[in-house]
Amino acid sequence: MTGTILPVRESELDPATAVLDVTVADGDGHLGVIPAGGSLRIVDLHGNQAVDTLFYDAADVGNRYSAMDTVREQGAAYLTAGSRLLSVNLDVLATITADTCGRHDTLGGACAQESNVVRYGEHTRHQHACRETFLRYGAEVGIGARDLGHNINFFMNVPLTADGGLSFEDGLSGPGKYVEVRAERDLYVLISNCPQLNNPCNGWDPTPVRLLGWWRA
Amino acid sequence: MSEVLLSHEIPGGAAWSVLVRAGRELRLTALEAGANCSTLLYAAHHPVDRLNVPDTLKAQMSARVHAPMVLMSDRGTALCSVTGSSLDWHDALCGHSCDAQLERLGPSSYHAERNAWRRSARAGLLGELRKHGRGPADLHACVNFFAKVATSGDGTLTFMPGHASAGDWVTLRAEQDVLVVLSTSPHPLDPQWTPPAVLAEVRATAVPGADDPSWTFRDESARALRAAREVLA
Ligand SMILES: [Zn+2]
Repeated sequence: MTGTILPVRESELDPATAVLDVTVADGDGHLGVIPAGGSLRIVDLHGNQAVDTLFYDAADVGNRYSAMDTVREQGAAYLTAGSRLLSVNLDVLATITADTCGRHDTLGGACAQESNVVRYGEHTRHQHACRETFLRYGAEVGIGARDLGHNINFFMNVPLTADGGLSFEDGLSGPGKYVEVRAERDLYVLISNCPQLNNPCNGWDPTPVRLLGWWRA
Repeated sequence: MSEVLLSHEIPGGAAWSVLVRAGRELRLTALEAGANCSTLLYAAHHPVDRLNVPDTLKAQMSARVHAPMVLMSDRGTALCSVTGSSLDWHDALCGHSCDAQLERLGPSSYHAERNAWRRSARAGLLGELRKHGRGPADLHACVNFFAKVATSGDGTLTFMPGHASAGDWVTLRAEQDVLVVLSTSPHPLDPQWTPPAVLAEVRATAVPGADDPSWTFRDESARALRAAREVLA
């Protein structure tokens, strides 16, 4: 992908008018509700931060984001401005309306204590991981292990190759880059601001992100 | 070749499930060209441990499923090893077909077509899952055995028609007791409805030695296999 110019779409929305403005510390999580028509912006404050994100239809958490349905229906493995985020029922949960990073991963999944052991060895068993953050914050609205589908990794770079290869590379993001989604129905958004220290997804140094929301309060 | 313990021909467009005991092998054979077998895997004794395609692919640095990869669960355990295959590419990026995708083929009903009635993989997989007390929340990304969807550097996905020929096969060795749920409905990107049948056979296998290709493939694969042995302990 080196040298490829990624499409960028800026947002018109003004942070001064946001009704939600919170910072999610590195390694922490967030559960929020975005009403239909509302917009959520995730700002990569320091660059190279993976923001593991799940969306659920707030009226039916069984109608959850589906990575595989999303990539298949759009014929594209990466997410960018214009991507529709589909549910297991093929409903459009959200649309990416602005993106100054250009490309986001949804095939790499979330880190977990157990997958850390598989990938890096037994010494990582008790390190903090996204799946545990998802379970901690999801529990507030009854989202449990059975309800965790495969997530989006905003700002993460997982290139595919024509011969079926897949790798993790340094992020394409940078300080202040952002992605913005518009909710197409009332949504829960479940975020783990990834604490991963063992691969380049966070540039080896997890950092906080800022969430901005625009909707009728 | 060891004794076949169970042999079942799954017609095209149907769904089936089978419990495969640890150490046994499930062999799937395409009986006609262009077969697809959307396959879900569950740890038989754990209510929520199931195949995790993203973890499987990233741990083994591959966007396709091929031998001797290990198919890993949400909890970092090996469910099955792909011990052999006549094909070097099985799709795991595209999920299973849904009812809405069959609408483009026109109306279909039991009344009009009897058992040739077109049903999506989702309908078939859910039907089997419900027999095991599982439901929609247990659906997860599947492996589409016998199907290939090419990936390019810019992320474009392209379905490759006719990837499988009659007689193509894949073998999965169960690394713990696993529930295998499968559908022979066409791949969701296949523009046609000509669903080929798939033969499923279960056989006993020898205990893998230190030189087993799935154990020696990558350190990650060996760690997931070791975790599966801890499940059995
Ligand atoms: Zn993570």
